[in-house]
Amino acid sequence: MDSWRKNPLVFWVFAIPPAAWLALFFIVPLGLIWVISFGEKSGLVDIQITWVADNYMRAMDPLYLQIFLKSFWYAGITTIVCLLVGFVVATAITFAPARQRPILLLLVMLPFWTNLLIRTYALIAVLRTKGSVNAGLEKLWEWGNQLLGLLGLGQFQLLGAQFEPVHLLYNNFAVVAGLVYVHLPFMVLPLYAALARMDRSYIEASLDLGAGQLRTFASVVVPLAAPGIVSGVIITFVPALGSFLTPDLLGGTDSQMIANVIERQFKSANDWPFGAALSFILMYITFFAIAVRSMWAARQDTRENMV
Amino acid sequence: MSKDNRSRFSRRSFLSGLGAAAAGLKFAPGLALAAEPRELNFYNWDTYIGENTLGDFRKSTGIDVTMDLFADNDELFAKLKGGNPGYDVIVPTNDFVERMITAGMLEPLDAAKIPNITNIDPTFRDAAFDPGRKYSLPYMWGTIGIGYRKSRVDSIPDSWKWVFDSDRYAGKIALMGDAPTVIQMGMKYLGYPLNDTNPAHIKQVEEMLIRQKPNVLVFAEDNGQDLLLSGEVDVVMEWNGDILQVMEEDDDIGYIVPLEGGLLWQDCLCIPTGAPHPENAHIFINYLLDADAGAEIADFIQYATPNAAARKLLPAVYNSNPAIFPSQETIERCEVATYNGTEYTRLIDEAYTRIMAS
Repeated sequence: MDSWRKNPLVFWVFAIPPAAWLALFFIVPLGLIWVISFGEKSGLVDIQITWVADNYMRAMDPLYLQIFLKSFWYAGITTIVCLLVGFVVATAITFAPARQRPILLLLVMLPFWTNLLIRTYALIAVLRTKGSVNAGLEKLWEWGNQLLGLLGLGQFQLLGAQFEPVHLLYNNFAVVAGLVYVHLPFMVLPLYAALARMDRSYIEASLDLGAGQLRTFASVVVPLAAPGIVSGVIITFVPALGSFLTPDLLGGTDSQMIANVIERQFKSANDWPFGAALSFILMYITFFAIAVRSMWAARQDTRENMV
Repeated sequence: MSKDNRSRFSRRSFLSGLGAAAAGLKFAPGLALAAEPRELNFYNWDTYIGENTLGDFRKSTGIDVTMDLFADNDELFAKLKGGNPGYDVIVPTNDFVERMITAGMLEPLDAAKIPNITNIDPTFRDAAFDPGRKYSLPYMWGTIGIGYRKSRVDSIPDSWKWVFDSDRYAGKIALMGDAPTVIQMGMKYLGYPLNDTNPAHIKQVEEMLIRQKPNVLVFAEDNGQDLLLSGEVDVVMEWNGDILQVMEEDDDIGYIVPLEGGLLWQDCLCIPTGAPHPENAHIFINYLLDADAGAEIADFIQYATPNAAARKLLPAVYNSNPAIFPSQETIERCEVATYNGTEYTRLIDEAYTRIMAS
């Protein structure tokens, strides 16, 4: 391949538009928010940049630290559930007949093409007290009762006098379920990419040499899929950490995540400097996660080179 | 601008001239001044205008209205805070009118260009949040109270107690997920003024809400009426108009402003600073305050109109509906939210963050 030095014109023609785009619509606005995070409100719409870290100090209040922790907890559980489910799905797609693979991948990506808000409202319709899940359970309950009646056990009310709907919405379960549903494709796709690249002869070798299915999975498949796992975990965890729509719409009275607090600072609390500081704390954490990932990748590379 | 466009504009102005002639030269004062392109950008709440209002307005004036929607005052304020992105007429609620006047974000209205002001009920021609009505004219008004499912309550829930301080409807209560509103209604229940800024009283409301949290299903994101309609909750703190809309679908739903009083709100028509078409904006505001147009809007959206001339055209089912027009006695116990300063906003937000985090 030609080095860009040989063809500088081509390089600049292709590099400048995206670089300008990034600078104008990403770096500049982000820089503004960063500057605002060192500001102070001086009236309704005016912000004075004072270059003191008051907003960051305020964010260190136990109240906000606790909300940060809770958000980590939700995002962490979401990531673990996504990883477990995603691994099964990605493995199934990898080992499916070649002709079905594109269709299965399409099914994973399909929900992506629908707006998040619409998907969330659809989830509300499925989970609510009079929603699809409870309607299905109620049908099962009726059938169970009829069966008991046929067996002559109808009078004992073994399944309860009447159907009790399950409360699936407006609690922390709903938040995690919603986050898993939204972020699953982020996990499946990198896992699939890693598994599809894997050389199957390693698995055969492992099995031939006497390792059991589990041992093969743990010692061969998982290490080979490790880059996919790390990418999947990061691109699931980071957006899950910053979710606000899902806890807003599916959560109960104690489902507040840090992004809900940030959203309020930009809206009803009208405190942009504090909201900006909270956003940047969240962003520093993200940078840290990505830095760890690239250090890990670099170590992996040197190790492979040494072999 | 291309030649094509120019010729289209002139044709449209000609048509609008005809339209105005047909409408009895009602809009002649506006037309004479209108050197503006015949378009207008309207920033409004969802389902907050008559079905044919914008079409009828175009027919009679030739002005094309582009309507954008906002979900709450905070969104409206945040969008205009950094400079007007091109809106000509906006519909903020009273406390945000006050906020925006303070921040210099509103253009004074020229009363001479809005002759339909005379249609407005005299009680609405002045306002504490905008003395002399320099910047705003009333569009619709209403209350915040309790929506309830008749077959599931023991008696009409005519006290805030049933949502704030009782486990009678445990797990079947929804409050509003809006920091100032939920705390201000708490103030009313505890017998304090709605706009009380005393930190000790705010703390008292905070403690009450934390105590009540286990009984509350959700702090709803402006969808309390849907939760009531779908049977998810039995009592809900909501805007009267939202409950009225689901009352039309379900006879089992009722609305009451509690005895302690609630919030009285007024959505206003204003022109934001830097509006590109201020002349058209005056014509449009005047049109919305017209008796026929006002009646059509009120009839469709079922909110209380301050337009006395429009009310005369509407049937008794609208005019005597207690959920739309509460009794004078109830109205007297209600209060209007004022803009209480940035320190208050921060106190309220921190209290709300603590309530949600506890």
